[in-house]
Amino acid sequence: MKAFARLYVELDATTSTSGKLDALARYYAIAGEADAAWATYFLAGGRPRQAVPTKLLREYATEFSALPAWLFDECYQAVGDFAETVAHVLPPPRHVSDVGLAEWVGRLMSLRTAEPDIVRARLFAYWDELDWNGRFLMLKLIGGGFRVGVSRLLVTRALAAHAGIDAKEIAQRLIGYTHIGAVPDAAIFRALVAPATGALANPGHPYPFFLAQQLTNPVETLGDPRDWMVEWKWDGIRAQLVARRGDCWLWSRGEELITERFPELAALGRRLPDGTVIDGEIVVWRDGRVQPFADLQTRIGRKKLTPRILADMPAALVAYDLLECDGEDLRARPQHERREHLEALVARNGDAALELSPLIALPTWTQYAALREQSRTRRVEGFMLKRRDARYGVGRTRSDGTWWKWKIDPMTVDAVLVYAQRGHGRRASLYSDYTFAVWAEDADDGGRRLVPFAKAYSGLTDEEIAKVDAIIRKTTIEKFGPVRSVTPSMVFELGFEAIQRSPRHKSGIAVRFPRMLRWRIDKPVDEADTLANLTALLGEPPR
Amino acid sequence: MPDLVVARPEGLYCPAGDFHVDPWRSVDRAVITHAHADHARTGSRHYLATSQSERVLRARLGDIALQTLEYGERIALNGVAISLHPAGHVLGAAQVRIERGGEVWVASGDYKTDPDPTCAPFEAVRCDTFITESTFGLPIYRWPDPAEVFADVVGWWRANADAGRASVLYCYAFGKAQRVLAGIAMAGGRDCGPIVCHGAVDNLNEVYRQTGVSLPLTQRVDDVDAVAMRRALVLAPPSAAGTPWLRRFGELSDAFASGWMRVRGARRRRALDRGFVLSDHADWPGLQAAIAATGASRVIVTHGQVPVMVRWLGEQGLDASAFATEYDEDAAEAGA
Repeated sequence: MKAFARLYVELDATTSTSGKLDALARYYAIAGEADAAWATYFLAGGRPRQAVPTKLLREYATEFSALPAWLFDECYQAVGDFAETVAHVLPPPRHVSDVGLAEWVGRLMSLRTAEPDIVRARLFAYWDELDWNGRFLMLKLIGGGFRVGVSRLLVTRALAAHAGIDAKEIAQRLIGYTHIGAVPDAAIFRALVAPATGALANPGHPYPFFLAQQLTNPVETLGDPRDWMVEWKWDGIRAQLVARRGDCWLWSRGEELITERFPELAALGRRLPDGTVIDGEIVVWRDGRVQPFADLQTRIGRKKLTPRILADMPAALVAYDLLECDGEDLRARPQHERREHLEALVARNGDAALELSPLIALPTWTQYAALREQSRTRRVEGFMLKRRDARYGVGRTRSDGTWWKWKIDPMTVDAVLVYAQRGHGRRASLYSDYTFAVWAEDADDGGRRLVPFAKAYSGLTDEEIAKVDAIIRKTTIEKFGPVRSVTPSMVFELGFEAIQRSPRHKSGIAVRFPRMLRWRIDKPVDEADTLANLTALLGEPPR
Repeated sequence: MPDLVVARPEGLYCPAGDFHVDPWRSVDRAVITHAHADHARTGSRHYLATSQSERVLRARLGDIALQTLEYGERIALNGVAISLHPAGHVLGAAQVRIERGGEVWVASGDYKTDPDPTCAPFEAVRCDTFITESTFGLPIYRWPDPAEVFADVVGWWRANADAGRASVLYCYAFGKAQRVLAGIAMAGGRDCGPIVCHGAVDNLNEVYRQTGVSLPLTQRVDDVDAVAMRRALVLAPPSAAGTPWLRRFGELSDAFASGWMRVRGARRRRALDRGFVLSDHADWPGLQAAIAATGASRVIVTHGQVPVMVRWLGEQGLDASAFATEYDEDAAEAGA
């Protein structure tokens, strides 16, 4: 664990990419294969099933630290990170060991099936052989979520440098590496960094997803519209359908295998010719059009897919790219050529669960901008702009060509901050997570009161958060554990992607992806929006 | 018997002796524990402080009517005995001991129990009632051995100097900066490169030297050429972060020396390369040990983690309560 702890400290101590790559290179040069296998897993975002429930961990850590539970909670509130809190409050270890990372993972995994008092005794013994960093990492291994400023792409680059092979090859081999339930070991790590042979590592694996960038410059800067292929930006689950060797696999962008969740797409996959990989969006498709994302969410939420659900909420794959055709990797071919192959494939394999994402060809960007205004009624998020000559890249790289997402502006509302909670990570102990309210008429006395309707924590700069935090501390009315209610004094413009009725919320509505667009310092609380303004955005006739 | 010290809107007040301790508004007679801005303010008619803090106080408050005492020296004021005892916080910092008719109260101001070669070490003073700070009154705050911290600072400085970039260490100009200077000298950092101090730090260095505290050689920015600057350790107050003053150093690594650096989130929030855990205040064990050493049965908490400390001490069987004060927690957050 000491080598891994040193790596962690080094990664944590630099904000430069080259500094992080150097630290990773030093680690891979000295680490044993089994340890390196797990280090890769965790740094690339792997999260194993939690070996010990948080409730038990908290109980045992509180006991071992000999603190009253309320004081442990106060500590957690100030630190904003459970693993770090425990590392701070435990008494010093009696002896410090140096057990390797892989062995630690094995030890912790065995706790999953152990009886509580065995877990307790082992945790106490483990804590007594680890220093501060060791304890911190050990708890992170249990709970997952490293957040050390290392992206999967960075790990990929470091591994490519270590193995002396192309980063794209490593990215391909890393697919599925961080699955929940994955148990990487020395042999798997050897295969990960073995010399390239050109053979597919696993027939079921998809290709690394090519991700789009947000268009922030004016669309005219993209030049001639004829150089671009334009499609609607579908609001569903990005996925690859892989058909090989008579079988099929459906992968989400999070590299989760979801074949069984969508039997209609699995059936489609088995009808496709061998050696086909389609990139597209899973949506609920009914009455010849896409249905709201909420329907898809409902369907995902169901444990059991009854015939009723399948009939009411049929899934389809809206196909927009073809990555493999007749077993040939098409990713290096230009976008328009891949599109021709895709159209031919869809034409040959007509299926209720397969829709072709239509191309929209207009002569000017102005006309595109006008059509884009219809996005909401069409239940899409705007346009995707793909360069005609773009290759299919890896991740968010731009060297292979570009995909832009040109999304519609969010819906907005001016809302009042009414509750605040302390944040986590680098916002620990700052009040950075807020609940917002709008004005609602009170039927009884004709007055107005503030009704909470959304929580948001992103969108402000660090300086703004610091100012808001100071105001919250000065205007606190009541404290409920980590939450404070405040005298309403601050108005923020909130943006969100969608709005729907929700009987579970006090306000009767729920919004999707709420975030702060700006702090309306100019706006008094009285002039914030009303619930009536908000429900008008539902686009329903008034009730 | 009525309380020897009470909380008034203008500050802590001793009715029997008719004087205030670290008042935040103008009063007739102010006893000052130390010269940090939130404890020593202008506008009072008479001041009483330690002789070691005289130069800093005069530098900061200007022409004030100041009477000084040596540590342990006792004077009488309206039938109340007053003496000042080392608080170990910064140069000249004192706890105020107040005695009348056999009853003893001590107001701590700010204090730390860790060693610091730039000021007199904290002295436990027996009392009946102890008025304590609680800036770092949570069990998460436990300071590492300062010698290890200074070794880390020197290691960071040396690695930067070898890579040809300046090391900018933010630290509070009064107290923390001088402790760092003395500490890195002891940790063998003198050969890494020049030590450059921001003007705000340099002014305080001068006062420390005049008061007889030995500090390593430091330079002003204009005295160091661009080549030597790439090996320099630069001490600057936190307020210098992000200002044009820093641009002259080109590529640099930055760090902050503060007790707040104990929590990773506090460092990451500031987007700093390094955080060195070094505080002018007592950590949790230090607070507990200091409170126990006074033998006081009654403890009053003034600032920092007030509700936590009051509840904790109450559960330990002490008579614990709080005074509302205006000691500035923002200033403490910046420098502590």
